[in-house]
Amino acid sequence: MSDLKIFNGGDKSTWCPGCGDYAILMAIKQALAGLDLHPHEVMMVSGIGCGSKLPHYMKANGYNSIHGRALPVAQGLKLANHNLNVIAVTGDGDGYGIGQGHFIHAMRRNTDITHIVENNQVYGLTKGQYSPTSERGYISSFSPEGALEFAINPIALAISAGATFVARASAADPKHMNSVLQAAIKHNGYALVDCLQPCITYNKINTFDWYRSRTYKLDEEDGYDKSSRDHAWQKAQEWGERIPIGVIFEDTERPSYEEQVSALKKGPLVQQELNGRYADYEKLKLEFV
Amino acid sequence: MPETINRFQVRLGGEAGQGVESGGAGFARAVMRAGLHCFGLQDYMSRIRGGHNFYQIRVSEDPLYTFDDSLHLLLAFNRETVDLHWHDLVEGGGILHDAAIKVPTEELADSGVRDFSMPLTKIAEQEGGHRIMMNTAAIGAMAGITSFPFEWISNVVENNFKRKGSDTVDKNLRVAEVAYKDAQEQFGVDFPWKLNAVPGAPQRMLMNGNQAIAMGALAAGCKFISTYPMTPASTITEWLAAHAARFGIVQKQTEDEIAAILMAIGAAHAGVRAMTASSGGGFCLMVEALGLAAVTETPLVIAEVQRAGPSTGLPTRTEQSDLEFVLYASHGEFPRIVVAPGTIEQCFEAGHRAFNLAEKYQTPVIILSDLFLSNAIRTVEMDAINFNQIQIDRGDYLDYAALDRLDSAYVRHLPTDSGVSPRAIPGHENAVYVTTGDEHTAIGHNTEDADDRIEQMTKRMRKMDRAAQEMQLPIWYGPAEADITLVGWGSTYGALREAVDLLNAQGHSANFLQFVDMCPLDEDRITAEIDKIKRMVVVEQNFTGQLAHVLRGLTGRKADKRMNKYDGRPISPDEVVAEIVGEAVRV
Repeated sequence: MSDLKIFNGGDKSTWCPGCGDYAILMAIKQALAGLDLHPHEVMMVSGIGCGSKLPHYMKANGYNSIHGRALPVAQGLKLANHNLNVIAVTGDGDGYGIGQGHFIHAMRRNTDITHIVENNQVYGLTKGQYSPTSERGYISSFSPEGALEFAINPIALAISAGATFVARASAADPKHMNSVLQAAIKHNGYALVDCLQPCITYNKINTFDWYRSRTYKLDEEDGYDKSSRDHAWQKAQEWGERIPIGVIFEDTERPSYEEQVSALKKGPLVQQELNGRYADYEKLKLEFV
Repeated sequence: MPETINRFQVRLGGEAGQGVESGGAGFARAVMRAGLHCFGLQDYMSRIRGGHNFYQIRVSEDPLYTFDDSLHLLLAFNRETVDLHWHDLVEGGGILHDAAIKVPTEELADSGVRDFSMPLTKIAEQEGGHRIMMNTAAIGAMAGITSFPFEWISNVVENNFKRKGSDTVDKNLRVAEVAYKDAQEQFGVDFPWKLNAVPGAPQRMLMNGNQAIAMGALAAGCKFISTYPMTPASTITEWLAAHAARFGIVQKQTEDEIAAILMAIGAAHAGVRAMTASSGGGFCLMVEALGLAAVTETPLVIAEVQRAGPSTGLPTRTEQSDLEFVLYASHGEFPRIVVAPGTIEQCFEAGHRAFNLAEKYQTPVIILSDLFLSNAIRTVEMDAINFNQIQIDRGDYLDYAALDRLDSAYVRHLPTDSGVSPRAIPGHENAVYVTTGDEHTAIGHNTEDADDRIEQMTKRMRKMDRAAQEMQLPIWYGPAEADITLVGWGSTYGALREAVDLLNAQGHSANFLQFVDMCPLDEDRITAEIDKIKRMVVVEQNFTGQLAHVLRGLTGRKADKRMNKYDGRPISPDEVVAEIVGEAVRV
């Protein structure tokens, strides 16, 4: 276990005091320290949104990309240097809205990255519009009569899309979130951690208390088998009065994408020789004669 | 008619799936191996089966850079081909076709076009046992008509079928030989266009522009290509994919072009040489990320192989209508480099040079090609692809060994005189850093401070001052002084070069100025070149005259004449000459 303090640093936060993102940031640092990692071994990749500022508020490598696009950047980084622990951090609009296409394909691809979604069920940075996970009827500046769409279910979506690790954690329980994140980072393959994150400014419904009174831990549930897709599918439907948190599904059999790529058998791409095999290149010309 | 040796053009036409492409490629290869130069033009439709496709092969003892408008032989796999193309045949030329296809005999005779009707299918069935060998019969017959020595056809037949076993090779050889003999005896004796081998000719390659770009990228150490399929860019990926395992390349098909460019950005940020490729429509989806690459100072290579737009446009047709788009794509202002090769040799050079430019200036580099250049094949000398001359310049690149020696705090976007900051490969404890698509401070954190903005903006844009000095001047062809200068870029190279030769041979005075490096251009250096022009004729395959706009904006010089073609078909030297000469006559 490394010292959590080595991950302290970066810029001064612009998050609202009391924001659920502070708990997520703390849990990420705890998880990294708990896994004995160091800042240079970690690459935080984010999109755009309140939560996507997170890489600036800690000490680790970071690439803060554009809205919805953290996952392709994270996968490119991982394929080019699979020694890095690549963690993508997105919001719900970022990851499940504009970035939905990348989300689905990252799951079936199974690159070994961790995807932390700071799911506050609202667009915070643009001042309170409804998000893909906002409840139907959610009233906002863009939905004055209430949102007409049904909220997406990221857990069910992930299980059906072939994600090999699907978990939910709550910012109201950072200690538990730390353990879930450690499991996610250790998982070989794509790992989703949907983090319930109260937005204290815009979301007056899904508050810390709202979550505290509803969440329960799956690892305390007798007979729950997280390797069972059927069990996971059932738990994925639970929302409202009782909300399960913890590792909902894990498939440890499927290889990660990068394990299957011929070019990566010799080690990380970035450490391979750039070129210099001129004799081999010359032979290529014979394809054309 | 007097005989013409080794100056010949044939067109093969039929439905997709009938063997137009394989027949054309096979004949071209045979001709090349016999020591002749050839140029092959593919014309196909956006469908897998059916439709109308043709393949045109021009042959000469001298180097060829494009096709021309004189057609001597038409190989028609169906009646539609006859109707569509026979009017293009010169007097004395002929149509080779299976006897089952009816042709307008009287009309042909009136125009002096000969009818080379042959039982090609029957020969395939009788000698080979299957009508599928009709293609082989047709290639044999083409050679027979032109009295092209059969050994070159047998060489290619053996080569093409050896994977399928000696029985298949033997059957195809028999089919080709019977068709050859029949065709030569019946039609070859008095067919005026003959093909002879050139003894002692050096070995050459038959290659298209996309293959050359891909080879250039491979040789430059490109380790990562992420793309989404799109005609006509896909063959760059296909060539690299076929060599990925052997050369240690990660080739990734993505869910869309947005992911394609962003994965490449991720890989490039990690420290490997990375690229993506698409056509205009796919590049449209990439433009937001283009700005991200520039502002995070990530070296990235993008091949944009144009086709006729807008929207889906003419998916299998050529155009040069994305020049101004790539010059200005994405919101905001940032440094970018654009090179537009016009020949196979220039495609190879662009393929490797782009990676040096990208890393040296830590910004996106766009290789702007087009459909005609991407899939037309041309014989090139073996040293056109010269791997030994490639110099790798990774710019201010700090690998882990260099980072071991770093003795001060690392500042990713450090303002420097050149605008280029040392780029640390992530993963080393001496350089743990963040970067962002937001405007940032020198250490990579988000900022809205005016001074930070000015510092980082000017730092980035400074890189273009130096790049503008490094970019190559446009290339002159023909006499140093001329009454008329044809100005162009991209795949019109062959047409403009040959038009200049034809015009000068006819007593006109013309030369050609080809733009390859498109951005950044130095105003003074380019103006000095443009000032050498007396009458400036800008020839482009677009509607609006985009290079003409760019040059007027840069130098103030208005084109005296613009020639624009936007029907999706490549321009021929004859068309250019007709336009210039026609104008001279009108004046």
